Amino acid sequence: MKTPIQFHLNGEAVATFVESGANLLDTLRETVGDLSVKGGCWQGTCGTCTVLIDGVPRLSCVTLAEACAGKSVETTAGLRRGADLHPLQQAFMDRFAAQCGYCTPGMLMAAKALLDRNPNPTRAEVIDALCGNICRCTGYEPIIQAVMDVAGSDNRRRA
Amino acid sequence: MLEFRKDIFADERDDSLVEIGQPTARQDILGHVTGTSPYYDDHRFANLLHLKILRSPHAHARIRSIDDSVAARAPGVKRIIRAADVPVNLNTLLSLIQFGKDDEPSLASDVVRYKGEPILGIVATSERAALEALALVRVSYDQLPAVLDVEEAIKAGAPSVNATYPKNTFEYYGKYDHQKLRFGDVEAGFRQADIVIEDRYQMSPIEHAPTETNGSITVPDTNGRYIVYTSTQALFFSLDTAAKINAVQSNQLHFIGGTVGGGFGGKVDTLTEPLCILAARLTGAPVRYRLSRHEEMQFGSPRGAERIYVKDGLAKDGRIVARSVRAYFDSGAYTRLSSYAVVKCVAHIPGPYTIPNVHADVYCVFTNRTPATAMRGFGVTALDFALECQMDKGAVAVGMDPLEFRMLNMYRDGDMKAHRREAKNCALIECAQVAAEKANWPLRDEFRRMSSRQGGSHERAGVADRSRTPQLASAAKPAPSTPPSPVPQRVAYERPTPAAPTRTAPPSPPPRSAPPSPAASPAGSTHGAPRFSSVFGTRRR
Repeated sequence: MKTPIQFHLNGEAVATFVESGANLLDTLRETVGDLSVKGGCWQGTCGTCTVLIDGVPRLSCVTLAEACAGKSVETTAGLRRGADLHPLQQAFMDRFAAQCGYCTPGMLMAAKALLDRNPNPTRAEVIDALCGNICRCTGYEPIIQAVMDVAGSDNRRRA
Repeated sequence: MLEFRKDIFADERDDSLVEIGQPTARQDILGHVTGTSPYYDDHRFANLLHLKILRSPHAHARIRSIDDSVAARAPGVKRIIRAADVPVNLNTLLSLIQFGKDDEPSLASDVVRYKGEPILGIVATSERAALEALALVRVSYDQLPAVLDVEEAIKAGAPSVNATYPKNTFEYYGKYDHQKLRFGDVEAGFRQADIVIEDRYQMSPIEHAPTETNGSITVPDTNGRYIVYTSTQALFFSLDTAAKINAVQSNQLHFIGGTVGGGFGGKVDTLTEPLCILAARLTGAPVRYRLSRHEEMQFGSPRGAERIYVKDGLAKDGRIVARSVRAYFDSGAYTRLSSYAVVKCVAHIPGPYTIPNVHADVYCVFTNRTPATAMRGFGVTALDFALECQMDKGAVAVGMDPLEFRMLNMYRDGDMKAHRREAKNCALIECAQVAAEKANWPLRDEFRRMSSRQGGSHERAGVADRSRTPQLASAAKPAPSTPPSPVPQRVAYERPTPAAPTRTAPPSPPPRSAPPSPAASPAGSTHGAPRFSSVFGTRRR
């Protein structure tokens, strides 16, 4: 039994059919084709699959696709504007804030959600916002520094 | 912040470092921050099939019967893969470098030897269909006694885990049940010691838990070959292993990888590729075999657990005069890489210290646990934990600062290591000095002035140097002879009290009271045996 749903993905309208019970992670990757979202545990514990739903970070592996009907979904694929990187992406590059890169899309989305609601977070607030995202290469410090760099910069662009 | 201490060993190095010290972007970081790096599972194929594996619920059991007739008719099932379908159903990873005997089946046929061992595969149109069909397979087992402890496993009468190694120990060079290190006379060293410290260290298995689980996708190519997208961290190693198990030439397989979502040693075991390729060959369709998080955590091979016993003999002035190590590596049910971990461990004993009498026996032991594998310094890391705990205890026992105690015993240029190789280009003392300076850790003057380049000699390790005049003889007067206690004093380790321990007078840098010269090369030494330069190759020295 497939259900039609519509939502916005990175500002673009998407219409698709989903199996009853399908999660947003599989729907984005397998049906819509947005491969910037990665699956890590498929049980809502590692944060790798973090996306923004109406601006709030959510674990797409434990979010029902049908529950996203009519909502706005943001992923790492939508961060870039043409050739320009989002300031967070640039800061992650400058700070060497990715090793294997697998947790990076989830980290970026969790960080974006924080900066969108709080442009000048403290270090403690950054750590709190990222604490649901596991980096097994254990490169947390450069990630925190990258987010702090963007938090402190004047030219930060709000997508 | 990086800081380069170019004053240290300035004359030993061509000081024209161009890249070092300069920020360099990773070549793959643009892909990482844009979510476009191609991990194995980021490739899409029409009509992709999914392989899931039935795993043993028992640590040790004989398989009496397997009934998959109902599962074969379940919706979406395309193919059942049984042990008899695997062309070469016995392998060991390091057989690629002629090290060890084939001992591990891809699918168990008669006996399961650890909880989680693969028994049967189902290829279906979705992961869910494969999982639901797996639930319909009926397996009847006769449970067998399991052995889960390394020292229990090598006792007489213990259940035999692995038919290839019935005594539950890996066999080195076809005849040795463990690896040995012999240097000097350790018993004489203990008799000479003022203090003996002995303890037992037990490690736990550690799962790498990469955020990307192990997996692969195999796609039939248009020319009869197979393209394999894989998470492996050892592309050619996995290719050759998969070719061997599938009994195909390696040029029939085109492996694509290199973008790995975290490995740390947990992606060298070629866990998924052989059966994934077999499934594609048997169905003619693209197949994905991806471990779930539960499989990764429960059945993906971990860092092995080691049990290490260390006994140190110390002179009152802080010199370590004897060190004896006995260790057991828990390989789990099959060899994988633990045999190599043991080789690395023995090569690391006795740590970076010059000790005239060293004795080690290290065993690679089979138990009914998940097979262990590589992980970040495996074989060495656990040993270092044990040895450095011993060093802290030793420092307390002799009343020395723990860093100064270590520095007194560290390798210096010209020292003879327990492996009978001369120590060269040593810099550990200098590293300790810089670390102490950065941490505001007070060192006494003679330790601030200590140098890796002075005071080293074969004699420091109790070995006569026939090739040159010892530098040390003129540098220091012979140490006041410390009369050996008739009965070595055993001390219990206690944490230092907040008040600084009374320090003994600074020991004069050794010459050491000459211990007995090392025994002649013991029978069974590994002369001419291959030494590993890495997991993937050997070299002879």
